[in-house]
Amino acid sequence: MLYLYAITITALVLSVIADRQKTRQALNIAVRRFTSILPDLLIIIVIASVVLYLIPSGTITGYLGNENKYLAVILAMLLGSITMMPGFIAFPLCGLLLSQGIPHFVLGAFSTTLMMVGIVTFPLERSFLGTKTALIRNTISLVIAIIVALTIGLFYQEIKI
Amino acid sequence: MKTGKKIEAGFFLLFFLFILFSVLVNFSAGKEMGLKSFYFGKNLFIMLPPAFVLIGLFQVWVKRETIEKHLGTGSGLRGHFFVILLAGSTVGGLYVAFPVAAALYGKGAKLSVIFSYLGAAAIVRIPMTIFEASFLGLKFTLIRFLISIPLVIVSAEILGKYLEARSYKMKENSK
Repeated sequence: MLYLYAITITALVLSVIADRQKTRQALNIAVRRFTSILPDLLIIIVIASVVLYLIPSGTITGYLGNENKYLAVILAMLLGSITMMPGFIAFPLCGLLLSQGIPHFVLGAFSTTLMMVGIVTFPLERSFLGTKTALIRNTISLVIAIIVALTIGLFYQEIKI
Repeated sequence: MKTGKKIEAGFFLLFFLFILFSVLVNFSAGKEMGLKSFYFGKNLFIMLPPAFVLIGLFQVWVKRETIEKHLGTGSGLRGHFFVILLAGSTVGGLYVAFPVAAALYGKGAKLSVIFSYLGAAAIVRIPMTIFEASFLGLKFTLIRFLISIPLVIVSAEILGKYLEARSYKMKENSK
């Protein structure tokens, strides 16, 4: 997070030195684009906070520890698709789940969908890609999550053919 | 502002009033949702402003020809490679990736490269990976990378071709 600010400030300073007019133009673009996605962002915040309230993290552990491995993977993908978490929360959570005996391949499905598939972020995605393409992208991501999960399962010998 | 956006903004205002009301009458579910939305929103609003400034600078300084040459039609596998490197260094996840993708597209990057970028920005970001490896082990991260990167490229190629054949245009989301 800090390094994002460091890069931005450096770039901005260099740009001001090089060309004041162009920098002003760049900032105008930044403000215009930001305000145009702002309503989508606000909706995401509302939906995410309601969803996170309804699904406490204890519930997640309960579902992912299911005896039936394949059911556990499906539940992991469903949970991962609803909630959208940044990596710095998602991976410590996965680490915690691992220490509670949740298998690696379930966590592979969970973390991949957590990062790639977002029902919560769908309004934002749709405003860029259009509804149909956004749906296709999310579906492809689900397939990738399944393949990743199965491969991890094979490597850790949690799944046997 | 478009009508859809106005409705969204109105909905948020309603939620905000609900949170305010919950605090006033001490309604615990509402208060908790307020707290969650504050933490979640705080993250977004810390990440996004600098990202948008960078996008603005990119828009002004980077020539269309440069992007077309490296990421446009005819860039082949190299285009995917560049864009995955770019995605790997992106911070902030898909929230930031969508506007960046729109900016790249506006400068002439081809669709399949855009989808590679989105996929990679979601799952192979370097800062996040350090977290992943320390919590789940390097082996986990390596398998995930080796499997998902080729899948991202292949699916992006197919999706890009499919959409181009249907003369699909991505919205640039800027008026």
